[in-house]
Amino acid sequence: MTLLRITSPHTQGAQRTANVMRTVILATLPGLGVITYFFGWGTFINVIWCSICAVAFESLVLGLRHQPVGFFLKDYSALVTAVLLGLSLPPLAPWWVSLVAIGFAIVVAKHLYGGMGYNPFNPAMVGFALVLVSFPLEMTTNWATPSPLLQDPLTFTQTLSTIFGTPSVAVDAYTMATPLDVYKHEISHNTAVVVTAKPVFGNFVALGWEWVNAAFLLSGVFLIWKRIFTWHTPVSMLVALTVMSIVFGWDADRYTPPLLHLYAGATMLGAFFIATDPVTSAVSNRGKLFYGAGIGILVYIIRTWGSYPDAIAFSVLLMNFAAPFIDFYTQPRAYGHAKAGRSESEG
Amino acid sequence: MRKLWQFHGGIHPDERKSLSNQSPITQAGIPEKLYIPLQQHIGAPAKALVSIGDTVLKGQKIAEAQGKISVSIHASSSGKVVDISNHPVPHPSGMLDLCIVIETDGKDRWCELETCDDYSTLQPAQLLEKIRFAGIAGMGGAGFPTEVKLHPPRQSKVNTLILNGAECEPYITSDDVLMRERAQEIILGMEIMAYILEPGECIIAVEDNKPEAIAALKTAAALTRIEIVTIPTKYPSGGEKQLIKILTGKEVPSGHIPADIGVMCQNVATARAVYRAIRFGEPLISRITTLTGLQVQQPGNTEVLIGTPVRWLLEKAGYAARKQSRVIMGGPMMGFTLGNLDVPVVKTTNCLLAADAKELPLPPPAQACIRCGMCEQACPADLLPQQLYWFSRAEEFEKAEQHHLADCIECGACSFVCPSAIPLVQHYRYAKGKIREQKLEQEKSNNARLRFESRQARIEREAAEKEAKRKERAEAAALAQAAKRAESATDASEPASREDKSALVQAALRRVEAKQNQQAIANGSAEPVDIETLKKKLLRAQDKFEKMTAALDSARTSEPDRVDALAKATQASREALEKLKAELLAHPQNNEGSTPEGPALEELESNLSKAQGKLALMLKTLEDARINKPETVEKLERAVEKNQERVDAAKHALEHALSSSRTSEASSDKNDTTAVKDIT
Ligand code: SF4
Ligand code: SF4
Repeated sequence: MTLLRITSPHTQGAQRTANVMRTVILATLPGLGVITYFFGWGTFINVIWCSICAVAFESLVLGLRHQPVGFFLKDYSALVTAVLLGLSLPPLAPWWVSLVAIGFAIVVAKHLYGGMGYNPFNPAMVGFALVLVSFPLEMTTNWATPSPLLQDPLTFTQTLSTIFGTPSVAVDAYTMATPLDVYKHEISHNTAVVVTAKPVFGNFVALGWEWVNAAFLLSGVFLIWKRIFTWHTPVSMLVALTVMSIVFGWDADRYTPPLLHLYAGATMLGAFFIATDPVTSAVSNRGKLFYGAGIGILVYIIRTWGSYPDAIAFSVLLMNFAAPFIDFYTQPRAYGHAKAGRSESEG
Repeated sequence: MRKLWQFHGGIHPDERKSLSNQSPITQAGIPEKLYIPLQQHIGAPAKALVSIGDTVLKGQKIAEAQGKISVSIHASSSGKVVDISNHPVPHPSGMLDLCIVIETDGKDRWCELETCDDYSTLQPAQLLEKIRFAGIAGMGGAGFPTEVKLHPPRQSKVNTLILNGAECEPYITSDDVLMRERAQEIILGMEIMAYILEPGECIIAVEDNKPEAIAALKTAAALTRIEIVTIPTKYPSGGEKQLIKILTGKEVPSGHIPADIGVMCQNVATARAVYRAIRFGEPLISRITTLTGLQVQQPGNTEVLIGTPVRWLLEKAGYAARKQSRVIMGGPMMGFTLGNLDVPVVKTTNCLLAADAKELPLPPPAQACIRCGMCEQACPADLLPQQLYWFSRAEEFEKAEQHHLADCIECGACSFVCPSAIPLVQHYRYAKGKIREQKLEQEKSNNARLRFESRQARIEREAAEKEAKRKERAEAAALAQAAKRAESATDASEPASREDKSALVQAALRRVEAKQNQQAIANGSAEPVDIETLKKKLLRAQDKFEKMTAALDSARTSEPDRVDALAKATQASREALEKLKAELLAHPQNNEGSTPEGPALEELESNLSKAQGKLALMLKTLEDARINKPETVEKLERAVEKNQERVDAAKHALEHALSSSRTSEASSDKNDTTAVKDIT
């Protein structure tokens, strides 16, 4: 009987990449539920549609690259990209916008850059940024009106037909600008009190959005607790965003106030699910602090002075650029070395 | 309560220790044949003292320690030596090595042992000698000779002596049961070590998953100053560096040994072996080994004679190989699989783990690295394992080194946590092996270049010298010719010939002067003068001076009238010598304060030590390779052999070059002397 000969270690932990990805997907479900509750079926349909497209594109590319399709599909990474993209797109965005976004994300941003683990940019955000700059109209006018503000919200089939191009009702009646967008435009000729009195802001911060963000925040904490990622990136990003909005936006009559920054738009989704994408972020804990802070600062800058209402995608992509440099300068101090960084014994 | 620190990272693999620590230590018994390798430790293999056919007694020394880092080997039981040949030994590469094979007689007769009731009657040096000749090498895994380790460190005193009873690897319980059952011996062994080292504090560290062991040690250590410290269970807290961090908060600087920060770690089993060696004179001929894994019907810990074949041992414990079985020597995190069960148990064999694929599943196919950073969170050496992985994979070894690949202890924590099941450690071993190879190459080419350059310089120098001498001789010949003509012109009488001789002496004197001048010119023009050249010149001048003196002496007895002239010549030569000495002393390069009297000796010595250093380095590399990179061992071994030859050759060449340059000097000088002698 021949004995097996393999090198140590001979035992592995239970955590598998597939589990990690699955957990991340599961953790988005509460947020998706809240979105569906407040904004109708649009996002739900987007997520499903993106997932179907993602699997199709992934299989196609893997097939073309002569790689085992089943083996790689099983790591669920394409699905994560799809879900995150679906969650980020406007709920009533037409089907082809999603298709272009996910197609670009999987084919170009993921596979053409070398495939799983090699891609320097977050695929979901690359897809999102592409459609945002290519189809600004579709990407800004299709944000669903919160259901509580509607007499009779769209039904599932109505939503489906709206997204897939044969609207049975006028879409305009069911969409409105997002709170971030509204605040930014209104505050230039109004006071904070007047602006926040608008129905889109609801009773707390931003109707619907506040609960969506809260849901993602909770799921994010859960993932940290499950050690899927560390606290460094999200915490530093949120702290940086808060600090920025306090320093610059202390005057709510001129700038968007901190709470709105934190609880409207894709802030929490970005902090816990997008910025934490391990492949494209900084590596060391210290590096992640810089990386997250960079995203937070950029989000504030773009939201405040840029021409886009939200800024997660661009901020994340910009910091993706910086990640290798951050890594280079934030090498941890290895055991037994006086200094962090490059080996001092090297000649 | 002692303050404890934490090391970064670490993991909590399934312990599975209860499989083997539920029963007391058993005796494995005596197998028919014992295969005792001559090298079970780090360092030079021992040299066999017995030959085939010899009868040996239990505990009899059968192989002698060789060199500084080595330990002796003893017969584990009585019987007859039936073979001394290559036999499979426990090694990741499955290599063969020299073993003494003893056919046991079953009587287990001891040889006479030298007991010692009170170790404090002996000097530390005597105790160390006893430890060395009891064949004790670190029993925790590495097998470093204990005597060498126990030597007071180079500069600093050992403040903290630590006995490592952490035993953090899953499955292994040999130290655990040893601490439970032989706590007293461990404590006494530590006291002997403390007597040798005189440390400020003595600590035994045990993970908190071994309450029985802790209780036993506490009882045994009650009246001593030894402190039993319970540390949290976390792999790899038993790693030397990690344990030191936990207990002292200090980190062993990279590239240093713990003694450099005043700490020393020894294994608990080693302490016990030290005790038995000193108290009863028992050499290290048996050890406690854990037999475990679900494929072993009667798991547990057993006292095994060194040299017992693994197959015999496992079969006694009810092992039958099934499909996809693995037998691991050591634990599941750092142990290596055996390809052949005929290998013997050696001094470092703490565990034999027989498992099938159900118990220790095969690693799933590796997926892409998702850069999740889990490996980094787990790494106890604070490295960036995934970066190291990228660099190793891309063969960017320089970058891997810059990221401190060398500090990786190959604990396997990163591979363990990696969700993509990437065999990270395997990649690091590969990269480490490659880097070593490159270093060797580099060194080889460096040495070759140096050799070439020095040879080139020598040839040039010799050519120049020859030319100078040729001129000199031509001059002298012309002079002699002139003298002869003068001689033939005058009466062929004694005084005349004497005058002629004195003329010859004059000529010799002139030659010396000429040479001096030449040297002066050479010194003046060839600025800046290489110290080596200067040294060589000095050496030659010295030679010449000696010869002159000898000639003078002989002249004193046989030719009293020649003495004056010769004395002058000798004086001149001495002056030249003094001048050279002064020059050498004043030379800016001469900062080692070397004595000008012995440059040749010094040079030879430094060459020798350089060659030795290189040899040692290569041997160490090979050693490392044995542990880390089994696949390359054979290749490396061949390379080392070749290198050794080359080093030897180079050494000889250098020596030869030196002596020949001296003899050629001497022979040309001889001309001068013969010229002087001719006169007499
Ligand atoms: S644990 Fe594995 S997958 Fe995660 S970063 Fe490290 S090597 Fe990559
Ligand atoms: S094997 Fe090396 S890199 Fe991996 S965790 Fe251990 S020390 Fe760190």
